[in-house]
Amino acid sequence: MNQKINLAPEVLACMEHLNGSDGVEVVVNLPKEKVEQINAICNSFDNDPQELINVLHETQHLFGYLPAEVQDVIAHNLHVPVAHVYGVVTFYSYFTMIPKGEHPISVCTGTACYVRGAEKVLEEFKKELHIKVGETTPDGRFSINCLRCVGACGLAPVVLVGEKVYGRVSPDGVKSILAEYNK
Amino acid sequence: MIRLTIDKKTVEVEPGTTILKAAHKAGVEIPTLCHFELCDMGIENKPGGCRICVVEVEGRRNLAPSCMTEVQEGMVINTHNIRVLNARTTVLKLIISDHPFDCLVCAKSGDCELQDLARQFGIRTVPYGGEQSHYRKDTSPSIIRDVDKCIMCRRCEMMCNEVQTVGALSAVNRGFMSVVAPAFEMNLEDSPCTYCGQCVSVCPTGALTEVDHTNEIIRALSDPKKTVVVQTAPAVRAALGEEFGLEPGTLVTGRMVSALRELGFDHVFDTDFSADLTIMEEGTELLQRLRGHLAGDPNVRLPILTSCCPGWVNFFEHNFPDLLDVPSTAKSPQQMFGAIAKSWFADRIGVERKDLVVVSIMPCLAKKYECQRDEFSVDGNPDVDFSISTRELAAFIKQANIDFLNLPEGDFDDPLGESSGAGVIFGNTGGVIEAACRTAYELHTGKRLEKVEFEALRGMEGIRSATVDFDGLPLRIGIAHGLGNARKLLDEVREGRSQYHAIEIMACPGGCIGGGGQPYHHGRSEILGRRAAAIYSEDERKSIRKSHENPSIIRLYREFLGEPGSHKAHSLLHTEYFPKNNEVTINMQS
Repeated sequence: MNQKINLAPEVLACMEHLNGSDGVEVVVNLPKEKVEQINAICNSFDNDPQELINVLHETQHLFGYLPAEVQDVIAHNLHVPVAHVYGVVTFYSYFTMIPKGEHPISVCTGTACYVRGAEKVLEEFKKELHIKVGETTPDGRFSINCLRCVGACGLAPVVLVGEKVYGRVSPDGVKSILAEYNK
Repeated sequence: MIRLTIDKKTVEVEPGTTILKAAHKAGVEIPTLCHFELCDMGIENKPGGCRICVVEVEGRRNLAPSCMTEVQEGMVINTHNIRVLNARTTVLKLIISDHPFDCLVCAKSGDCELQDLARQFGIRTVPYGGEQSHYRKDTSPSIIRDVDKCIMCRRCEMMCNEVQTVGALSAVNRGFMSVVAPAFEMNLEDSPCTYCGQCVSVCPTGALTEVDHTNEIIRALSDPKKTVVVQTAPAVRAALGEEFGLEPGTLVTGRMVSALRELGFDHVFDTDFSADLTIMEEGTELLQRLRGHLAGDPNVRLPILTSCCPGWVNFFEHNFPDLLDVPSTAKSPQQMFGAIAKSWFADRIGVERKDLVVVSIMPCLAKKYECQRDEFSVDGNPDVDFSISTRELAAFIKQANIDFLNLPEGDFDDPLGESSGAGVIFGNTGGVIEAACRTAYELHTGKRLEKVEFEALRGMEGIRSATVDFDGLPLRIGIAHGLGNARKLLDEVREGRSQYHAIEIMACPGGCIGGGGQPYHHGRSEILGRRAAAIYSEDERKSIRKSHENPSIIRLYREFLGEPGSHKAHSLLHTEYFPKNNEVTINMQS
């Protein structure tokens, strides 16, 4: 909250498509009520640095992602270096600094789905949406992630869009799935 | 006590001892890489990450990392059977397989613990091909991060977070992608880094090194139009000899002066001179604040904090922006020297400011940043042009084919080379405040100080306190070295419960003798003690032991500055501090 943050090229590379175009300086201020919400979460864990992971969980649940300025507020409250918070956020694949799309696509790459061609399905989604795994389309509509086994191996390969499950997906079927959400 | 057998030797140790330490006691040295310890200071890094120190414990299925496995009664341990040696060699080859092979041109070559291990293990081939991790190089004013050379030992992270509480570095990302980096992988320059250089002093490889300014100095020395003067910090003379194979604690003041003269410096001066000058200004400020306080002036800020250490200055600008009026406004000795050299001295020898180059030899990496601060320059011309570390000076001397060990004892030049014993002890924790007491006592009481050594202020504990009797006035003094200790004293000041009148702070453990630019001690903490002892012995050898009795200082005030704290002294020798990192914006700029 009280830090000027110059993001690294690596982090920016993942985020720049959110900014519109390259090299544009975007100043993001966290609104006061958001800060208060984060403060409340930290308070509910007694601002205990040991509870960092739980605080991050609840905060991501609230915001959908953990942008730099949110991490900074948490660091401030828990009296830990923001570098440490960033270390935890980047260690666990569950945490993300990029907002998920309106329709988050999860492709199962567990063993059963993988051997039945999940990789090709994933490639097709990436090709159709022009984004990589872990990214969100510039219009914020779709994001792609991988997950391991949803327990529906009989339907492999499995794809989730939001809460909806699609079974026995083939690369050819990707377009029609996306079409459902592009009406 | 617990009895165990290590390599057929029986040893008894306290419960809770690690196998590594028990082996050391039994006279068996197990190779380590990520493990690091400065035992006198309670500093230890043992993440158990590298697996170089594995040993076989009979009856245990897998090999045990000895740095973090505690001993048990009756353990039988083999530290070098074929199974252990194979495992260690494999681990080392795997580490090397993701490490650049550019040892020939690496700044750390010859002082690299990974290189040493590869030699010790006789590694001749690395059979593991495949991908190597790559990361951008990050250059700050003082420190270069070359993360490709990082082996994830996390010593730097331990120093930065646990010892210094700076919090600039953390392990980020996961697995093959993991690196040690500042938050959001920003550059060190944009992080809360203080440039104390303690990460550099513990890095086993070339992942963290100082920015080398030797070439700029060679260029200046070869320019016939330039007059090049050099100043040497107190702690350099107590450590430089180590780079030439001398025992730690060997004073090489005279040989260092001769070497600098052979390198071609036109005037070889001493930062100890400006340390004396610092005492005149800082001591006067201390007495002014103290007298104001005793007279009941509510606007007087006490305690007064020393301000010689640029790592410390960066630390409070980052972390205590609300307390910027607490430290003394006196510049550091490096900067006081530059200011006087480029005014009084330049006039005396009839050289224009632009043609005078001031070089400093420092035990410190933060000094490189300090001399680049805007407020320490006039029309873009810095008071101190270049600062190099003790290590860089040693490399420079070797590069110039100078037979350092057989050099004659040289003497510093006049007038900026004359110093008192008080200036010398600036290199040790407790030294600045002891020097200040020697002068402030005599100025305050008007009496002669019978015993100049203030033993109560000396030592290696992280936080020390002492009450010094100023002829009936008990002056309460606090001392901290290491920024984590400094933070504790500063928190007390912020909360209004500090009991001290004056506090001395040095960023590095041990003070400047343990600075980030000193020869690598590789965890041998006794080296710091020997350097400290060398500094005190230099003080004892001096005929003048108090700053205000230094004839060159007396002359400088008489001819140029007037009184300590005069208008002229203020404009040349004092500075101001700036809050850092307080903007409420996120700057996303590619």
